[in-house]
Amino acid sequence: MRIYVTSVFVDDQSKALDFYTRILGFKVKNDVPLGEYRWLTVVSPEAPEGTELLLEPGEHPAVQPYKTALVEDGIPATSFQVDDVDAEYDRLLSLGVSFTVEPMDAGPVRMVVFDDTCGNLIQLIEMKGG
Amino acid sequence: MFVAMNDDELDRIFRALADPTRRKIIDRLREQPDQSLFQICAMSVAEGGKALSRQAITQHLDMLQNAGLLHVSWSGRTKIHSLDLKPLREAADIWFRKHLLEGENP
Repeated sequence: MRIYVTSVFVDDQSKALDFYTRILGFKVKNDVPLGEYRWLTVVSPEAPEGTELLLEPGEHPAVQPYKTALVEDGIPATSFQVDDVDAEYDRLLSLGVSFTVEPMDAGPVRMVVFDDTCGNLIQLIEMKGG
Repeated sequence: MFVAMNDDELDRIFRALADPTRRKIIDRLREQPDQSLFQICAMSVAEGGKALSRQAITQHLDMLQNAGLLHVSWSGRTKIHSLDLKPLREAADIWFRKHLLEGENP
C-alpha cells in the first residue's frame, strides 16, 4: 500500500492552482474535468513521481466548519518539507504570502505557517540536523 | 470607582495559578504575546516540556480566561491570546500585599 494522493480543501480551484503553482512552485500533474469541478493534482518538481496533492473543492457542507475551526486555532491543514525554512520564508514573503507563524524551532524541526489564500493554513518544516 | 474583587474572583485567579502548566503558559505569553493555540502548543514542544494534547491546552487556556488573565483577540480568522495582568495585580494588592507589607513578623 502506498500513499499516492493527499488533499487540501480549497475555496476555489482556479485560485488554488495559481497559488500552489505560481507561488509555491508545484507542477500540475492531473487536471481532469469532472462536471462542475476538476480532478486537479499538483506535485513537487523535486519529486514529479511522488505523492500528489489534490486541490479538492470544498463544497461539502462539513468542509467550511472544519476549515474555520482549524484556522481559528491556528492549526495547519497540511505540512510540506523544505531544505531551508528561512530561505523559503524570505522567498514567499517577497511574493506577498502572509505568515501566521514566523520561523521558529519546535523540537527536531524548524517551521513556519502561512495562509494559502484558499482557506487553509500550511506548515513548512525543515528537519534539523537531517 | 474601585470595586474590590470578591472571593469568587480571587478563587478563580489563585486556582488558575495553582498549576505548573498554566504558570508556564503565562511565562511564555509574557515572553511572546499574541499566540494562537497552535503556537502555544508548538512552544511547549520547542521547550521540550511535557507533551500535552491540544485539548488539554485548550482547557488550561479556558481556566486562565475565566480568571480574567487572558486577552483574546483576532488576527484575521485566527484567535490570538495574550496576557491581561490587571486582575493579577489587583489580587496581589488586595491579598498578598496586605500580609506582606503590614505584617510585623519577618
